[in-house]
Amino acid sequence: MKRVLAAIILAAALGAGETTLNGRAAAQPPPAQDEFVPVSDAEVEQLPAAPLVMTGYAVAWVVIFLYLWSIWRRLGRVEREIDELARRTRAQTRAT
Amino acid sequence: MTKLFVPAIALAAIMFAVAPWLINGAPYESTMGLVQKIFYFHLPSWFVMFTAVLTAGVAGAVHLFGRNARADRVALAAVEVAAVFGLIGLITGPLWARKAWGVWWQWDAKLTAALVLELILIAYMLLRRYGGPGSERLASGLAIFGMANVPFVYWAANLWRTVHPKPTVVPTLGPGMRGALWWCVAAFMLLGAAAFGARMRLERLRTEVDELYLED
Repeated sequence: MKRVLAAIILAAALGAGETTLNGRAAAQPPPAQDEFVPVSDAEVEQLPAAPLVMTGYAVAWVVIFLYLWSIWRRLGRVEREIDELARRTRAQTRAT
Repeated sequence: MTKLFVPAIALAAIMFAVAPWLINGAPYESTMGLVQKIFYFHLPSWFVMFTAVLTAGVAGAVHLFGRNARADRVALAAVEVAAVFGLIGLITGPLWARKAWGVWWQWDAKLTAALVLELILIAYMLLRRYGGPGSERLASGLAIFGMANVPFVYWAANLWRTVHPKPTVVPTLGPGMRGALWWCVAAFMLLGAAAFGARMRLERLRTEVDELYLED
């Protein structure tokens, strides 16, 4: 009988001790992160795809448009320069 | 070139106008869903980039070993086109990756090799812009290095462990996806060819200007 009572008291004491430890652990702040761990696919935040797709297509269009515009602008500048030089050469030829 | 430029640009514009209907009609990919549709602009931009880099590499070699001035102009025009379409690929890729992988960028072999290739092209253009006399020959060497990098970018997903899909996905595409992809590839290639032609004309005119200054 005494042994049974001792076992019950010991079990109760251990249980109480565990509860207290858990309580203390819950009250403490989490330890500081020393690394960032990538989350698994299931935990990845759900992003809407449409804005990403639209941005992708818009970027392609804008880059292409700007590039073609830059070629057209540079071509215009060089053509004007050629006209100017040709005019100057003609004037010099006439003068001589 | 001038005669072909306007019809080529007009045809490319029509093809780009039709492309959204084909892309919209293409089925969703099972694991990625809507965001996978970036693929229809992402992959064609790399097609143009690789073609232009290969052109630049061959032209660079011809210029370097054959001292051919026209080949140098071809290389310069091709590098610029390659850099522009590479930029499109490098921007559309992370937009796709953000949703598909949960990150904008991964330093894996394929993505890193693609970035290195773009940096080689930028280095070529900076060298031509600020390198002074004689930089053409150094730049031709860079163009050859760029060309040598293309197989690494293309086969990186097969050679090393990467998160990027393998090139083998293209032959296995279903009919809906395949039609939209090849339509966009054709549109991009046509646009790339037109831009290359216009850029070549610019270089030819610049050579004329230099000759006129020498005569002046």
